Amino acid sequence: MLQVEFAAEDEIVDIVPNIRMEALNMICGDFGPFFPQIPTKVPLWLAVALKKRGKCTIRTPNWMTVDRLTQVLEAERESPREFQPLPFHYIEISKLLFDHARDDISDAYLVRSLIEDIRDVRFHKVENGLETISGRTHAVKLKNLSAMEVNIVRPFMVRTLQAFYKHDSPQMIQQADNTGSRPTPVTDRGPRRDLRRR
Amino acid sequence: MAAVDTFLFTSESVNEGHPDKSAVASAAEAATTDVELLKRAWRNEKAVPEILRFDSPLVSRVREQIQLLEETLDDFADSGVDDLVVSLYQMDLDRTLFLLRSYLRLRLQKIEKYTMHISRSDDLLSRLSLQECRFAKSCSEIMEKHLEQSVLSKLPYGYDSVTRQSLSSTEDDMVPEPQLDTFVFCKTKSDVGAFQLDDIGEEVVDLVANDLYVLRYKSIKGLVEGGQIDLI
Repeated sequence: MLQVEFAAEDEIVDIVPNIRMEALNMICGDFGPFFPQIPTKVPLWLAVALKKRGKCTIRTPNWMTVDRLTQVLEAERESPREFQPLPFHYIEISKLLFDHARDDISDAYLVRSLIEDIRDVRFHKVENGLETISGRTHAVKLKNLSAMEVNIVRPFMVRTLQAFYKHDSPQMIQQADNTGSRPTPVTDRGPRRDLRRR
Repeated sequence: MAAVDTFLFTSESVNEGHPDKSAVASAAEAATTDVELLKRAWRNEKAVPEILRFDSPLVSRVREQIQLLEETLDDFADSGVDDLVVSLYQMDLDRTLFLLRSYLRLRLQKIEKYTMHISRSDDLLSRLSLQECRFAKSCSEIMEKHLEQSVLSKLPYGYDSVTRQSLSSTEDDMVPEPQLDTFVFCKTKSDVGAFQLDDIGEEVVDLVANDLYVLRYKSIKGLVEGGQIDLI
């Protein structure tokens, strides 16, 4: 959980600084220089750090607007076997922005509830998808699944696939065949065959 | 039958709206920082059951950058640079340190878990750094000594081996090994094309760029080592 958030904090966002500051030449990259009212791109952790100190506003990413999210939600509902393209870390990014830059998001309340609805619809699909896993499943394709969603299904998905793989392996099937063929001669001789004839 | 079950397909048209996507991706690839590379190694190491090759040059480059920044921060303190700037650089330093430590610790945990398995294979030992090799060695010595003193010395002859259940065992059957048959989540960086998952060609999957798959680790091992696929 923490580590997924760590990864999400490196996603690039647009900020509008209200201070003048020289360029930052950091290990993770070069950012700035910063001028008041001139938008610039920084990683999310840096944006949040500046925001906490009141040095910038964070621009809401395009996908985090009511219009776009409404479209996504509709599309999610219409296509039960597909996931809509959203940023890989959409859950973490929106959480961080809600926690630290709520006042920069227009219609924050609506945006939040849309994201929650999208999460629910998508997760429901993941659950339905799990039901389709069978012994013939050698590969699963999960186009557009996000990082947090991966983390949630990972333990269950891996154990399920492993169990099917194990029972589907040639040794296992051979064993099943052996035990399946052995009772036949016995029933041939036994009284059970008579019972079946009737 | 080529029975690769996939579910939750998405229409292939999704990507077509971004013709410049590959250009952006290759530009980003060229500008990849060492931290970015370390992050990839960290993610892969986290997802993979076995220990991967240690990238010594990369780690020492990151170490150098950390040291350089630490020195710079010391200079800042003397020359009275703005507190805000100092604190931002400090955060950058902390994040890099966290990443490096998490990566190294992850590897140590794996080495500890599979000490005996790693120690008996030259191929696996060659994946470790010098320090890790030393750690693996002392780890297995200590463990063996401990087991010897606490348990094995009290067991009857024939049942007192660290690696074998009894004298009748024909091979080491008490050495924990990583499960390579497990499934992993991965993302393709570029089109790999039709990829064979098994030895006999019954399981073939078409790996398209930027898609997410759950595949058996053993079958994509080569792709991970070759950097064609990223684990998540």
